[in-house]
Amino acid sequence: MSIESVDPVIVGGPAPAPPVFDARGEKRIARRERLRLLVRRPGFIVGSVILLFWIVCAVGGDNITPLDPINDFDVSNQRPNADHLFGTDQLGRDVFSRVMAGARDVLIAAPIAAVLSVAMGSMLGVIMGYYRGWVDEVLSRIIEALLSIPVVLVALLIISVLGASAIIVIGTVAVLFTPIVARTVRAATLAEAQLDYVTAARLRGESGLFVMTREILPNISGTITVEFTVRVGYAVFTISTLSFLGAGIQPPSPDWGLTISDTYRLIQAGFWWPTLFPALAIASLVIATNLVADSIDTVRSA
Amino acid sequence: MSDPSTPHDEPGGERTGGVATRPDALSVEGVELAYLVRGIPREVLRGVTFRVAPGEAYGLVGESGCGKSTTAFAALRYLPTNGRITAGRILVGGQDVTHMSDRELRNFRAHDASMVYQDPGAALNPTLKIGSQVAEAFTTLGHDKKEALDRAVDALHRVRIADPLRVMHRYPHQLSGGMQQRVVIAMALACDPQLLVLDEPTTGLDATVEAEVLDLVRALRHETNAAILLIAHNLGVIRSMCDRVGVMYAGKIVEEGDALEVFEAPKHPYTIGLLQCLPRHGARKTEQALFTIPGTLPQIGTPLPTCVYVDRCALADDLCRDEVPPVVELEPGHWTRCHHVDRLAQMPEASPQTKSQEGEHDLAVELNAVSKTFRVHGTDVPALVSIDLGLVDGETLGLVGESGSGKSTLAKAMLGIHPPDPGGEILLDHVALADKAGDRPAEAMRAMQMVFQNPDSALNRSWTVRRILMRAVMKLTGANKRTAEERVQQLTEGLRLSPRHLDMRPRQLSGGLKQRVAIARAFAGDPRIVICDEPTSALDVSVQAAILNLLSDLQFDRSTGYLFISHDLGVVRYLADRIAVMYLGRIQEVGTTDQVFNGPHHPYTEALLSAVPSVDGEPSERIRLTGEIPSPADPPSGCVFHTRCHRFMEGLCDVVEPPVIEIEPGHLSRCHLPADQLGRVEVGTG
Repeated sequence: MSIESVDPVIVGGPAPAPPVFDARGEKRIARRERLRLLVRRPGFIVGSVILLFWIVCAVGGDNITPLDPINDFDVSNQRPNADHLFGTDQLGRDVFSRVMAGARDVLIAAPIAAVLSVAMGSMLGVIMGYYRGWVDEVLSRIIEALLSIPVVLVALLIISVLGASAIIVIGTVAVLFTPIVARTVRAATLAEAQLDYVTAARLRGESGLFVMTREILPNISGTITVEFTVRVGYAVFTISTLSFLGAGIQPPSPDWGLTISDTYRLIQAGFWWPTLFPALAIASLVIATNLVADSIDTVRSA
Repeated sequence: MSDPSTPHDEPGGERTGGVATRPDALSVEGVELAYLVRGIPREVLRGVTFRVAPGEAYGLVGESGCGKSTTAFAALRYLPTNGRITAGRILVGGQDVTHMSDRELRNFRAHDASMVYQDPGAALNPTLKIGSQVAEAFTTLGHDKKEALDRAVDALHRVRIADPLRVMHRYPHQLSGGMQQRVVIAMALACDPQLLVLDEPTTGLDATVEAEVLDLVRALRHETNAAILLIAHNLGVIRSMCDRVGVMYAGKIVEEGDALEVFEAPKHPYTIGLLQCLPRHGARKTEQALFTIPGTLPQIGTPLPTCVYVDRCALADDLCRDEVPPVVELEPGHWTRCHHVDRLAQMPEASPQTKSQEGEHDLAVELNAVSKTFRVHGTDVPALVSIDLGLVDGETLGLVGESGSGKSTLAKAMLGIHPPDPGGEILLDHVALADKAGDRPAEAMRAMQMVFQNPDSALNRSWTVRRILMRAVMKLTGANKRTAEERVQQLTEGLRLSPRHLDMRPRQLSGGLKQRVAIARAFAGDPRIVICDEPTSALDVSVQAAILNLLSDLQFDRSTGYLFISHDLGVVRYLADRIAVMYLGRIQEVGTTDQVFNGPHHPYTEALLSAVPSVDGEPSERIRLTGEIPSPADPPSGCVFHTRCHRFMEGLCDVVEPPVIEIEPGHLSRCHLPADQLGRVEVGTG
């Protein structure tokens, strides 16, 4: 009978012949290797640096802004200058400080909405992909119907009925993103459920719940992670849009969307800076999350 | 790099040099090739030298990972961006491929050489009709559109496609695998290449289709005079197709010579080992255990010892470890790299079987009139039609037939994964079982388990081996944690897994070890019956031999019954006690292994047996099945096999369903021909 040796996963460095195989060390090396691949991607670095900056702003709030973003009034409508890097707004408040402080609300709301939508969507998606049949048919049709309506429109409708509190905004965005997540997770589950280990589990009498949560879920966690990062970006965008429309974060928060809606009419008067900088902030945050999501996806599937 | 002898010392280099008037179709000279993995070169080819004369067919054999496919791709310089040829050169028809510019390379690939890959479905564009794809091969050669279409028709005719105009209007997915591969070959031959590289061209195909495609390549070779480089892991295919053969190991050719000579009188310990791993000459599990090669192929990129095979060789001694073996030329053109050509007779042989089956056994599982109908787009597709079958404890029942004949469906119906239609019954120990797996009592689930074809798919990749086995033991036997741990211990010992494997995940294990874990899981609850669905077809021959030995050992020790599904008739013959032959969801013939192999056979069995290219030489007569398996949704009238049968009798076979006749006691066949008129095929006698 042959004595077979194992194939160690090929990692960087000259291949040493491991005399004793250390499974946990192996796993650690693999994880470090994935991290190294990530760090080597310029997109990931740029994205994380931007993201980190906004997280610091959100955590620090008005403790770290150069001036008080809400209650410090200077001469209004100053162009960007040495005292006020981004100028001042129509009330004389420092735009730079307001942009920094404006990160907080959206950076709390968007990740929570994303977590909720990914949790609900994954649950639905795994159930649809595993059971298929009529469960899948019915849920798929409902999802298609939901996806055919523009998200912001439905959100506006719900919020105008229920009122614009933080919980309602987060809940609405989460519910509206759920079908999109469910569709992605369903596809991943479908592929996974066809593998023989699922058949093997059924042959030893495992329950559906066990197969879905213990057998399939760990194998689609990569897809779910990527879906989460992508959803964070979209949630930032959607919540900012809602704030702009007055149905999201409420005054006196220096939130970006809210600020833009307060100031955009002044552009025609030549005061572009109170609008442009918050808009750039939104763009940079969305782009940063997408860069990170992309890099994770590429490294994971490499 | 690792071989101090210069490539020009190779005997192959001198052989045809002065004689040939035309340059060699392919000349590989001391090629070393490495893949850059994160900046570190990993050597794959370590000085490969061989020549293919114009019009010659040359075969490369070896286990997966030995570098044979890399050699094939290198011949056309189809290399991934991290592949580097670090030494040597490759000439095709006298042109140096290694130093061509991109433009020259494109021109060369368009006119001088072609390649056919393993998966024809992936080689064809699924969105284009066959006609435009084949015509494109001609427009790139500079023909105008109309002429290209005309030539496409001729090209399809040439690969024996009976109705090219109809085929040209189809999409690739509407053609069978065999037809797709014909189309790919037609495209490869469009430029009239000097060299045709075939990389495992028939690996995914059924034996009957494989035989057709090989016949076609053989005929085309004489028509076109293209030289052929054939890569295959199936030694029988190489033997039947090639003039000369090179045996590769760890990026080196260790033996080369005339194909018949190498297979009949191998002169390198590795070649001898490879051939002995196969169940040949009608070997049976009751007579001998299979020979296995200890150890595994060295990792890609690891430094090589003096002789590449030294770590696994039974003849290795200090000389082998200290000095690079010389190239020993035995006869003109047949050489080997070995210090001990004179000691080859001392190579160990397969050991005789020490175990045997004792005592009387009961009927464990019985199928009575089991049918399974799938509903596809509103039409009923009968996949199994009234199957009657019994399986005795400790017996192996081999199940053979082309793909689509219902073998796997039968297995899954038995297990309750595809619940059978109402009407039939499945009895375990004479007690009827529920149709669905979930409705069966724990005892019944424990009694029937399955080993799958592909261990990568069968093992959960995020679980450790320990968790996989523990869960199976606890769930199937209801044991508590401590008892389960003991049981897992026993299982790992019984399956010759080492305890250190328990904490690994499947991807850290080799293919053979993964399949062993899968077998261990199936045996977790001491099953009565294990259904093995092509358990060795994804494995190399040396690993296959180890797994087959393991399965027969387990059977002798525990009296487990196997339903063994395989397309490899040699393997089925070795392991099975009885064999059932399936066609279109019906069992056509059933009997003991000797009865089925020695005949008289059902005409379908006859065709199956005669289609197999064997390392032991071709069967005496060859019956080629023409056409494709009819759709199960619309089975032919009368005998379902009559559309392809070479003994078809008009007015009888296409009208009346044949009776089941008993040829000998226990040997049943579904045919109108009386037993004394049924044919016999001489296969692998000796």
